[in-house]
Amino acid sequence: MVEEIGKTAEGDLIINVGPQHPATHGVLHLVITLNGETIKKVEPHLGYIHRSIEKMCESLTYRQFIYCTSRMDYLSAHINNHACALTVEKGLGIEIPERAQVIRVLMDELTRIASHELWWGAMAMDLGAFTPFFHAFRERESINDIMEETCGARLTMNYMVPGGVMMDLHPNFQNRVKTFLKLYKQKIHEYDELVTGNIIFQNRMKGVGYLSKEAAISYGVTGPAARGSGVSCDIRKLYPYEIYNQLDFQEILETEGDSFARYMVRLREMNESIKIIEQLIDNIPEGDFQAKTKAVLKLPKGEFYQRVETARGELGVYIVSEGGTTPYRIKFRSPGFSNLSCLDHITRGGKIGDLIASMGTLDLVIPDIDR
Amino acid sequence: MFSLESLTTLVQDWLNKTFPPAIALLFEFVIVGVLAIALFAALGLVLVIMERKVAAWIQIRLGPNRVGPKGMFQSAADTVKLIMKEGLTPDGADKFLFNLAPFIVMMVAMLVLAPIGFAKGFHIWDINIGVLYVSAISSVSVIGILMAGWSSNNKYSLLGAMRSGAQMVSYELSVGLSVLSIIVLTGSLNINDIVLSQQNGWWLFKAHIPAIISFVIFIIAVTAETNRAPFDLSEAESELTAGFHTEYSGMKFALFFLAEYINIFIVCAIGATLFLGGWMPFHIGNWESFNHVMDYIPTFLWFFGKTFFLIFLIMWFRWTFPRLRVDQLLNLEWKYLLPISMVNLIMMTLVAIKGWHF
Repeated sequence: MVEEIGKTAEGDLIINVGPQHPATHGVLHLVITLNGETIKKVEPHLGYIHRSIEKMCESLTYRQFIYCTSRMDYLSAHINNHACALTVEKGLGIEIPERAQVIRVLMDELTRIASHELWWGAMAMDLGAFTPFFHAFRERESINDIMEETCGARLTMNYMVPGGVMMDLHPNFQNRVKTFLKLYKQKIHEYDELVTGNIIFQNRMKGVGYLSKEAAISYGVTGPAARGSGVSCDIRKLYPYEIYNQLDFQEILETEGDSFARYMVRLREMNESIKIIEQLIDNIPEGDFQAKTKAVLKLPKGEFYQRVETARGELGVYIVSEGGTTPYRIKFRSPGFSNLSCLDHITRGGKIGDLIASMGTLDLVIPDIDR
Repeated sequence: MFSLESLTTLVQDWLNKTFPPAIALLFEFVIVGVLAIALFAALGLVLVIMERKVAAWIQIRLGPNRVGPKGMFQSAADTVKLIMKEGLTPDGADKFLFNLAPFIVMMVAMLVLAPIGFAKGFHIWDINIGVLYVSAISSVSVIGILMAGWSSNNKYSLLGAMRSGAQMVSYELSVGLSVLSIIVLTGSLNINDIVLSQQNGWWLFKAHIPAIISFVIFIIAVTAETNRAPFDLSEAESELTAGFHTEYSGMKFALFFLAEYINIFIVCAIGATLFLGGWMPFHIGNWESFNHVMDYIPTFLWFFGKTFFLIFLIMWFRWTFPRLRVDQLLNLEWKYLLPISMVNLIMMTLVAIKGWHF
């Protein structure tokens, strides 16, 4: 049977998983070819939630287009905005006040934790365990409350603007974050007790969805998915932006390359984010939260590129400017799209359950793939 | 002391005095039928609300709390909704089998109820092969599920039904063997005899480690046989949307849903009867006064208490564990549970022959 895998034949069972399916977490459409329960081929079909964000951005000014990007990878809205703001700032050559930089990093890391919490719950749900979802949301809620207070939104925040952040931190911010840190440390052991240590869970994850280091590089997989295969690709370490080079945190690497490695990378990454927040929360410098910028931003003629590390991987923003108030062309290099491309590679020869488990550990956000 | 036995004999005597025997039997049929259906409806409502409350409790949330006091009438409201809904039959489906399948599953669940002793002297059918009857009839429900999956003309349903078939057929072996290990001790298939043999203590405690092993295997295997998580591969929401009942809606879906809960009740009742003494109060050897105090608790309370405790265990599994993969599921049965229960049966036979049990 092994040599048949990858080839389709007469009599294979072809199933459409999605666009409406509980495990695709959005409108991803997978056409899977099955031989019994064994997967021979997975073919993702995209475009069900394509909103042409890149094209829309071309008719919006450099201040306005950032708001569109919160709707790409809605679980790391801050980080998307951050990438765009950084690109525009690069073009304008603005120096950002240190307070704004610290606030941005704090928000990024809170977003990363919130995103990983949601991923953890959703992935456990993919494997049939419903309870972890609620446990994850318990902690995520308190992050959302922090966001609501400071940014005015719980999911699609539009807090980062060229030059800094939109408004100053809420006076309650530090207390709230400290309460969250305390809560998180009290509860994080439940994650391991409920899911990580579970023998059924480990059997479902270990040795499943193997992605070798070479394959991860050649498919352009980034973020925790690639770090689970031992590819060092943390943009925060490799190409530090803002104040990341002054912070003490580790790039989490696992070498197994299976679903369990990707799972562990994310869990351990949450702890690193906590470490970053702890370093910054008492040391937010005084000063402006926004640099002085002109009312109408005009980027000089040229091409600008900036990459950041979102919760899912490397997000690149590429702006071509003709010197006007709107970008001539914008291209987002979204992590989800490249990560999805390895799905066929890692699931071939597995069972349907393996497909769900591997897809869960890739942490796909469909609006990020389609844009 | 309040006992349901006197009630049943009273009714039977009165019927036999007033009517000729044939008519009296007919009346008894009607009464039993009505009672069985009433029990079904009540169990469905109670178990659904119980599952939702247990789930809510485990998942740190409130659960249904709007319809009635503390949301107790939620499942009644759900039933009304399901009755009002249209029962769709898909175009490509085999209409006869598609509509027959839920009834087969339901009828099987109803039939299995017959020999179970709910309280002292309170059972529908005191048959001498009670346990054999239960395991024979309960294996028919796989036909209903296969029928539903095949006739839906849906690939998800088909996959779910095939998984379910493989799963139920394999796990029946373990259920059978662990049931057999208690039969070895009692020497009778009659459910009443099995309960009476636990007069001086329940088999779970009386028959040493083999009984505990077979109890654990029994609980695992019946969880699988009733297609409950972590063995709910035939439904597997995140993989097969809803498995074999993907295409069912309205009351036809509700029948599958209800049958699942009735099956849980029945397997837990069997488990309670075999291992925890059925309606037999908690007795310890010859502690006369202690046993006498325990006897004051009505027998039907003992039965339902034990059964609901086992049901709670099974619900607890569902809301704690992730789902197994299909090959791991079959590995678990054929490579672990079946050999263990075979060896266990031999050990139990040794215990029974040597009279090592209390």
